[in-house]
Amino acid sequence: MQEIISLLGFSFFSNAVIAGLLTSIIAGIAGTYIVSRKIVFISGGITHASFGGIGLAYFLGLNPFFGAAVFAVLSALGIEWSTQKAQVREDSAIAILWSLGMAIGIIFVFLTPGYAPNLMSFLFGNILTVTTTDIITMLALTVLLIAGITLFYRLILYIAFDQEYTKTLGFNTTIVRYIISIIIALSIVMSIRVAGIILLLSLFTIPQAIANIFTHDFKKMIFISIAFSFLGVLTGLIGSYYFNLPSGAIIIFTLIIFWSILKVTIKLFRTH
Amino acid sequence: MDRTPIINIKNVSAGYSPDKIILKNINFTVYKNDFIGIIGPNGGGKSTLLKVILGLLKPLNGEISYKEKSYNKVNIGYLPQINTIDKDFPIKVIDVVLSGLMNGNPFKRFSRPEKQKAIDLLSKMGLEKYQNNPISKLSGGQMQRVYLCRAIINNPELLILDEPNTYVDKNFEKELYQHLIELNQKMAILLVTHDIGTISSVVKTIACVNEKLHYHNSNIISEEVLKTYNCPFELITHGHIPHRVLDNH
Repeated sequence: MQEIISLLGFSFFSNAVIAGLLTSIIAGIAGTYIVSRKIVFISGGITHASFGGIGLAYFLGLNPFFGAAVFAVLSALGIEWSTQKAQVREDSAIAILWSLGMAIGIIFVFLTPGYAPNLMSFLFGNILTVTTTDIITMLALTVLLIAGITLFYRLILYIAFDQEYTKTLGFNTTIVRYIISIIIALSIVMSIRVAGIILLLSLFTIPQAIANIFTHDFKKMIFISIAFSFLGVLTGLIGSYYFNLPSGAIIIFTLIIFWSILKVTIKLFRTH
Repeated sequence: MDRTPIINIKNVSAGYSPDKIILKNINFTVYKNDFIGIIGPNGGGKSTLLKVILGLLKPLNGEISYKEKSYNKVNIGYLPQINTIDKDFPIKVIDVVLSGLMNGNPFKRFSRPEKQKAIDLLSKMGLEKYQNNPISKLSGGQMQRVYLCRAIINNPELLILDEPNTYVDKNFEKELYQHLIELNQKMAILLVTHDIGTISSVVKTIACVNEKLHYHNSNIISEEVLKTYNCPFELITHGHIPHRVLDNH
């Protein structure tokens, strides 16, 4: 314990804790929307498509997160557009986008001369390499998300629940859905640092699955998800420091253990 | 009946693409305190007509005029088909009802009287004890009642119901029609249904939609009417009581 507290004295460690908290808030809010609307697969497509942006940015010598953000936002808008128009088979479109993004990313990483040292951390996450700039960007997005969900809570809830009906109440639901999908794409990109592309989606779904054990209310689901997410991130952080393993993997492992224990406990209590 | 028109549809054609027209040159007026039953075969355009009236689908041709000039000003309550809903969605019953009060305000917060109104409506439907339950705990019939509460909470001038009697048990169906007759004192009602047997005893007028719309200014569906309009229904007469008509599919 003493050692953990003294770790906080190091900037890389306190940065990691702050980044973990911010990621938990981001994933708690965006993830509740994703899970409630059953668009987990769509979010998986956006996440993996963003790898194309990382590869391209590497090749061009730009900030990989900038590339990831551009690819994520464009693919999110593309998917939202195709669902609104409903002309394309949605699941196939997502799978194509998913693999296309990964393919573009891999091609550009191979084309880039030299070795790409951070590649693994993009795929699996490395919370211990979070910089102060990362934290400022995450903080900006967190503030945006909290403000958005607080001000427009009812509108977001009702559009997610029943878009057509909400449209009859005099709202331009199409524009709102596009805005939400942009914010979700950015939330995904900002979580790459902590959880990595391959594991990130679990941060947007497992805490919500845990929350769902306790509640069926959208607002409470957000709060409970954030709490469990942060608990998982802290455990992952300590684990990755001591065992020198990728933080993303340990976070997900911890969350799934929480989920299993709670599920089993609830089941036992209900039958007795 | 009060003949003040609320909605006037003139030469409207509608469909999801210009080469697949579902409604052709429809003329139709909804009057104050009207109670119109909309019947017609599947795919005949009943739901499309509702979407046009609700402003969800832009007509390809023609125009719709509302009493207050623009769509948003006419207060319409809408009860969609229940099977379009995701019952796993984490939302409380009372929050579903309250959504009817959004009034185009994106920053909406609900006041205590508004919440009380939702609770009162739920009590009227015998659902007050479910107000804080998630919708996944409700049966199909209970969900229909929640939807009815949502549709009427804002005291609409026009209530539109898209097949409210599906998934509803026979007991509640009678109750539902009682509620509708009572609501009709205060608002016009448009009711899309397959159950023509019951509606002819509830509605005041009937419109048959099958690409074209045929308005019948009475609740009695005669064989002649159906023949003229090509409405694919089989007619069974029951003495002098409003005639019963059955779908022959």
